[in-house]
Amino acid sequence: MTFRQIAVPTAAMLIFLLLWEALVWIMGWPNYKMASPSDLVPAFERYWPLFLTMGWQTLWRTVAGLVLAVIFGTALGMIMGFSRTMRDALYPLLVGFNAIPKATVVPIVALMFVGMHDFNTVLIAFMISFFPIAVSVSIGLSTLEPEYRDILRSLGASQTTIFRKIALPKTLPEFFGALKVSVTLAFIGTNLMEIVSPHGRGLGALFDSGKTNSDYPLMFAVLIALAFLGIVLYYIVVALEKIFAGWADRAPG
Amino acid sequence: MTHLIEITGVRHAYRTAKGPLPVLDGLDLAVPEGGFTAVVGPSGCGKSTLTKLVAGLLIPDHGEVRLHGSPVTSPRATVGMAFQNPVLLEWRSILKNVLLPLEIVPTDLSKSQQEDRARHLLSLVGLEGFEDKRPSELSGGMRQRASLCRALVHQPEVLILDEPFGALDAFTREDLWQIMHQLKAKEPFTGVLITHDLREAIYLADQVVVLSGRPARTQYTLDLPQQGPRDIAHLYTAEAAEQLAILRHQIEIAQGRTPAAA
Repeated sequence: MTFRQIAVPTAAMLIFLLLWEALVWIMGWPNYKMASPSDLVPAFERYWPLFLTMGWQTLWRTVAGLVLAVIFGTALGMIMGFSRTMRDALYPLLVGFNAIPKATVVPIVALMFVGMHDFNTVLIAFMISFFPIAVSVSIGLSTLEPEYRDILRSLGASQTTIFRKIALPKTLPEFFGALKVSVTLAFIGTNLMEIVSPHGRGLGALFDSGKTNSDYPLMFAVLIALAFLGIVLYYIVVALEKIFAGWADRAPG
Repeated sequence: MTHLIEITGVRHAYRTAKGPLPVLDGLDLAVPEGGFTAVVGPSGCGKSTLTKLVAGLLIPDHGEVRLHGSPVTSPRATVGMAFQNPVLLEWRSILKNVLLPLEIVPTDLSKSQQEDRARHLLSLVGLEGFEDKRPSELSGGMRQRASLCRALVHQPEVLILDEPFGALDAFTREDLWQIMHQLKAKEPFTGVLITHDLREAIYLADQVVVLSGRPARTQYTLDLPQQGPRDIAHLYTAEAAEQLAILRHQIEIAQGRTPAAA
């Protein structure tokens, strides 16, 4: 990373915070209407231990849901990518499932597995985030040019060899593209569970307690903490993408 | 004379939703060892099906495809293929791309010998110094050259070329024609070239086979005995003009635009 790559986004963030502060100051909004960045600092200071423990709860449950989504989504994508019949059979089901707002699934899941809060939260994070992965893997595999297969098949390569040497690496850029979408979706899933079905864990619960106590700066502080975690996870995915699919990144020009 | 590739009376139909679609009907072809046969014909006449038959990727409904006298029933490692699309693996360096067949075909060569061979081939086609580049850093002509090296690295008996120069500009194409002659002189192989370009056919091949429209049969065979690499100037001789005229006439018959009797 060069100085420029760090300086430009940092500067953009500072400008954003300044504009936010200025907007609240010019409009003369009280903090129950719109908290300003300077209100957030005391909120973070006051609840710092809570932010750490609840942030960790949100983080690990999101990552667990995401890992499940990667495993399940990749397997499903492979099945749909290799078999036309399975693709025709599963696509409408998948699309239908994905169209259901997950906020409506939360109470159902909460009733089905009463008291299993960690499991429920991971489940929702998983359910909301596996779809893009399954679709991208299946498209990556089904659009493999036949010449790639022919080159290896004509040498007597097995299907497994063709998958390992060509189909798998060729699908990686699409896979990481989907993973970037799924990372943020998984966060939404975790917080949905934490807020809609409160059980005192995670940043969602902290947000909820801010709401019941009319502690508006706390609510905004939770949002910022969520955004921060989202950025961290996103850039972890970007780093993994650089390692495993960096070849797809072409030099500009 | 024994032939390395012998195709006799091949008929083949693809099964489609609307019933069988015959693509080949009465295809005969014989290529001697070390020969170079160009196959020309109207678009969609089944030329690519022919390459799949020779590679063993497809078994014909009727008739026989023989390599060295034994029928082809499955893919065999003694074939190298290059297509119009160079299909290089973008995540590998050029050198690693060329080495790909040796990872699949059993070989006696040690790792360093394999690498030496790949480097040697790359230098033959003028890609010295590009071994560690990614395919995306190369021009279309260079990618196609790398693809030729990959097709030859395991020393196949048969090199199958399915319109490998079709997508290149005219100058690059002529460049690659000459490289083909150089390769053939240094790395002997028996070649089958599918092409739409009659000039390419008479410049590279020692036998040009014209296929009829679909379902394709062997309509006409033109022998072009040649000694050693041809000069590109050959294409501008009266002899070449005459050969082109014959082939063009045959293509018109194949397209159904001229009656066969004419």
